Amino acid sequence: MQKFIDIRGVKHAYKTKNGLLPVLDGLDVGVGEGEFCAVVGPSGCGKSTLTRLVSGLMRPDEGAVILDGQEVSSPRKTVGMAFQNPVMLEWRTILENVMLPLEIVAPGMGRAEKEARATHLLEMVGLKGFEKKRPSELSGGMRQRASLCRAIVHKPQVLIMDEPFGALDNFTREDLWQTMRDLRAAEPFTCILITHDLRESVFLGDQVIVLSGRPARTQYVLDVDLPADRTIDILYEPKAVAMLHLLREQIRIAQGRDGDLH
Amino acid sequence: MDRAQKILVPLAAIVIFLVLWEFVVWVNGWPDYKMAAPSDLPPAFWKFHTLFLTMGWQTLWRTVLGLALAVVFGTFLGMVMGFSKIARDGLYPLLVGFNAIPKATLVPVIALIFIGQHDFNTVLMAFLISFFPIAVSVGIGLSTLEPEYRDILAALGASKFTIFRKIALPKTLPEFFGALKVAVTLAFIGTNLVEIVSPHGKGLGALFLSGQTNSDYPLMFAVLIALAVLGIVLYYAVVALEKIFAGWAERSPG
Repeated sequence: MQKFIDIRGVKHAYKTKNGLLPVLDGLDVGVGEGEFCAVVGPSGCGKSTLTRLVSGLMRPDEGAVILDGQEVSSPRKTVGMAFQNPVMLEWRTILENVMLPLEIVAPGMGRAEKEARATHLLEMVGLKGFEKKRPSELSGGMRQRASLCRAIVHKPQVLIMDEPFGALDNFTREDLWQTMRDLRAAEPFTCILITHDLRESVFLGDQVIVLSGRPARTQYVLDVDLPADRTIDILYEPKAVAMLHLLREQIRIAQGRDGDLH
Repeated sequence: MDRAQKILVPLAAIVIFLVLWEFVVWVNGWPDYKMAAPSDLPPAFWKFHTLFLTMGWQTLWRTVLGLALAVVFGTFLGMVMGFSKIARDGLYPLLVGFNAIPKATLVPVIALIFIGQHDFNTVLMAFLISFFPIAVSVGIGLSTLEPEYRDILAALGASKFTIFRKIALPKTLPEFFGALKVAVTLAFIGTNLVEIVSPHGKGLGALFLSGQTNSDYPLMFAVLIALAVLGIVLYYAVVALEKIFAGWAERSPG
């Protein structure tokens, strides 16, 4: 049974001065439509390569990345991306930043319609009243909220996030987890989230995939069997705590395979 | 208050400078052929005011035209070097070598190649001396664009040109204007080099030279001041353009 996002037997290596550096070797990921997949793994294990493969910015050396029944061979308009760096265009207002993907994906759409869509999203993430501000006038957390709006403004089928909350303080991060949860309830999209934060992966994910050390393969898949309307408190309940322990153990194993990390 | 301060502070600085200058000349009792005092200048300006206007205009338009060419060519060269590593590796040594040549030595060369084309030669020199900083800064601005900035549009299948127009170009504007401020003063140097080294009776440089030939020392100093004033005017024209096109890059302090 083919999943909505189906990554099978993917191998990839980068050319470096000292020859080929394999980063992915035997990566298998399956994400159903509307599902939220969190990916964790040791540093430098090729998680970011995964985002570039799914977005079509790169093609794997071997294996296939299939999205909605079609092999991904080039970028497509149905993908949204968010990074650790909010990548705000400083010369645009927050509203104009959020509207950017629409200018590419839907050039025929009227300005009023674009504005309405962007304004609606900004209101959902709590940035009402900041539409006309410049990015430099906002805090890091607010910029990241705007960046999330920009990633989904064109209603992508797939949202790919590469450690979007990595540079934020803990409380801001938890706020944004809840924002993410609410966005998902309002806007259906399939999501791949790369993260270093196990609590984040359990709070947001429907499944958590643990990658091994470099070259990365799929080491472990955890089904997060928690209700969709989670609150932060759930992370302190025995069921979630057990999952966190399990993931922690898997990460330890993943690190062990890559001897030079210790 | 803020606005008044912006005008009054520079004005006060200029007045203090002129007073100090006058004082130094007076204390040392220098004659005007050694060092003219500011009080010698207004008569010099008045005596030759029509020459100052016509020759100042000649210097100004040739400088601005040379600078405009430098902007077009420098931006183009910067784009080529910013987007292609091969072009960067190939062009940098050539450019640096060319830039290291003292431009005064090029004046006779150019004057021989394009004999009698004085306007053309002057514009050419203003251009040659000022395109380098623009090319380098645009090139660096484009080649150091963070990959994420490219990826947010590339992931949507946007073309290279769209990425350039919507992201790379506006993001490079602050560097571009920084270089343009340097290029403005360089272009003036280029114009005056030709006007002085290869005089054709045109431009403030020629006026300077005639002051020298006629031992009219206050006139020579007056020309220098006129050049400084033109430089300041052009510089602030660039600042005004920068405010309009790259005002977003300026952060309020604190």
